[in-house]
Amino acid sequence: MYSRGVTNSGAPTMPDPVARSGLPAARLREIYRLMALARALDERAWILNRSGRVHFVISAQGHEGAEAGICAALTPGRDWLLPYYRSMAAVLAFGMTPREVMLQQFGRADDPGSGGRQMPAHYGGAAHRIFSSSSPVGTQALHAVGIALAAKLRGESAVAIVMMGEGASNQGDVHEALNFAGIHRLPMVLLIENNGYAISVPAEKQIAVRDLAVRAAGYNMPGVTVDGTDVLGCYLVMREAVARALAGDGPTFIEAKVTRLTGHSSDDQQTKYRTADDLAEGRGRDPLPAFRDELRAAGLLDAAAEAAIAAEVRGLVDDATDFAEAAADPDPATLTRHVYAEPDDAGTLSPPPGGGPS
Amino acid sequence: MAVRTFIEAIREGLRDEMRRDAAMIVLGEDVGKKGGVFFATDGLWAEFGDDRVIDTPLTESMIVGVSIGAAANGLRPVAEIQFADFIFPAMNQIISEAARIRYRSNGTFGCPITIRAPFGAGVHGALYHSQSVEAFFAHVPGLKVVIPSTPYDAKGLLRSAIRDPDPVIYLEHKKMYRSVRGEVPDGEYTVPLGRATVTREGSRVTVVTYGLMVHYALDAAERVAGEGIETEVVDLRTIRPLDAATVLASVRKTGKCLVVHEDNRFGGFGAEVAALVAEEAFDYLDGPVTRLAGPESPAAPYASVLEDAFLITPEKIAVAIRTLAAY
Repeated sequence: MYSRGVTNSGAPTMPDPVARSGLPAARLREIYRLMALARALDERAWILNRSGRVHFVISAQGHEGAEAGICAALTPGRDWLLPYYRSMAAVLAFGMTPREVMLQQFGRADDPGSGGRQMPAHYGGAAHRIFSSSSPVGTQALHAVGIALAAKLRGESAVAIVMMGEGASNQGDVHEALNFAGIHRLPMVLLIENNGYAISVPAEKQIAVRDLAVRAAGYNMPGVTVDGTDVLGCYLVMREAVARALAGDGPTFIEAKVTRLTGHSSDDQQTKYRTADDLAEGRGRDPLPAFRDELRAAGLLDAAAEAAIAAEVRGLVDDATDFAEAAADPDPATLTRHVYAEPDDAGTLSPPPGGGPS
Repeated sequence: MAVRTFIEAIREGLRDEMRRDAAMIVLGEDVGKKGGVFFATDGLWAEFGDDRVIDTPLTESMIVGVSIGAAANGLRPVAEIQFADFIFPAMNQIISEAARIRYRSNGTFGCPITIRAPFGAGVHGALYHSQSVEAFFAHVPGLKVVIPSTPYDAKGLLRSAIRDPDPVIYLEHKKMYRSVRGEVPDGEYTVPLGRATVTREGSRVTVVTYGLMVHYALDAAERVAGEGIETEVVDLRTIRPLDAATVLASVRKTGKCLVVHEDNRFGGFGAEVAALVAEEAFDYLDGPVTRLAGPESPAAPYASVLEDAFLITPEKIAVAIRTLAAY
């Protein structure tokens, strides 16, 4: 019901995006801008990697549409994000700046998530309610459930969104998380960004079903599979999931079928295990031009507006790159700091009800 | 002062902290109406209700992982792992997540959770209800590992663990639950983490130990006292962080160090104490640092004769003290 409109004759229609989503045109252009920014930051990271200036890139290209659509239904400051390494668009939507993203890419001292301790794309940002993420996949599902449990017990109105790939969805922690969230009807949404590959292993060797969302039935929660290249389709599904969560009606399982436009990471060459046809098909499912065309066709994005966004994004990425590259490295003397709590650290006192981490 | 069993002291510690801090919750398998398989949480559900005393599915990783998330959003979770033997499904959440959330976030997120688990042999628990697991956790920066030996310490250390801003593994030797009694003050008190205590003073041999073995070491010290061997017993109480100063001060006085634990010897916590003493008190030693530890079997077998053969006893400790004293 949330897929792109199709007439009875089977011919595709292009419903008006404003009417379809209920979002004003300016908001739709903001979503497009966010996707373009995420893409441009990601592309810059690859250039920095290939020119030897950053050690590692793990890419979000192809995932921006689903994340931008999902996050458009959330409220930064109120809701919690449990990201994974392809959550570039999501962390930007939650308030991380391009400079902060690049500080992390370069591993600088002022990286707000980890002070240069974590690999790139291992996001975290206490100021934005973006929980710290790790490399073992799927573990964050349980943290989302715990955050949602705390919100419920403290009477706080908030939703925890946890994101991961379909590869991570096979982890036992994800099963344990969904089961507990289902039992307690917690305000939590799981987004599986199914790009068809766990590094090199195709979905048919990872997953016994075609659509992961059918797993939701085992946890007594709604499960929806949505076209992850359809930004507004993702938004509409998430809008319903958020309303359900805030109403106390429990969690939702969303599977967005997305495309991975790059290798798994800067250390992977996907032509080794993907056919030319497969790669071409994947490139054809790029959400960025698709959403641009959708807005163009509806007259919501003209050439001038598009050029202005492109210029702004280019400026932001240049600024973030220069800023982060020039920023200070962490002081080696801090290597063993924050293993245990220090006086000004978070968690030294329980935050007051309704408050976030200090 | 009232006399309490070891488990009563733990139960009171949980109850008192829940009364003190509305953010504290208890979660684990059977911790609700049943009050836990050992009754450590007995009465909590009746007093605090479903929201704060949560019976979980049989999912140890979930128990820890949800505690981590709940702590990030303002609660003080105290998780019970029904037996330490079953903690391994949660190892990834404990080691990859809880232990390093503060480090990996550069201090911007904390993980104030306490994970309680009964451990140890001697109650016919066999291979999967008797293991000692402390060495796995003692190795991990970011964790604290507490192993009390008396009701007084059990309550005071538990309160400190719950209030601590970092993840604490709190291990309870299950054989002590009802066999060990002691005085516990009625009012508010805490015992700080990371401080050992000298339970018995002596001049000839230092025994460094923790948990149930403290009682066995005291028994052994009594046995050899009549032979003129004055034994000092150091109860570590917390094995991470280790109170090196108390251990070293004792060994520098006696010149002899015996480390005792029920966990098997190879790669066990005794190796860490032995290395500490060798590095920091070498010039004071008048004999080899010696370890008395469990045998090289994965855990205690079921048949009584096998379990008896597995267990450290006061007599085995007395023999080790005599041997070291005579060196």
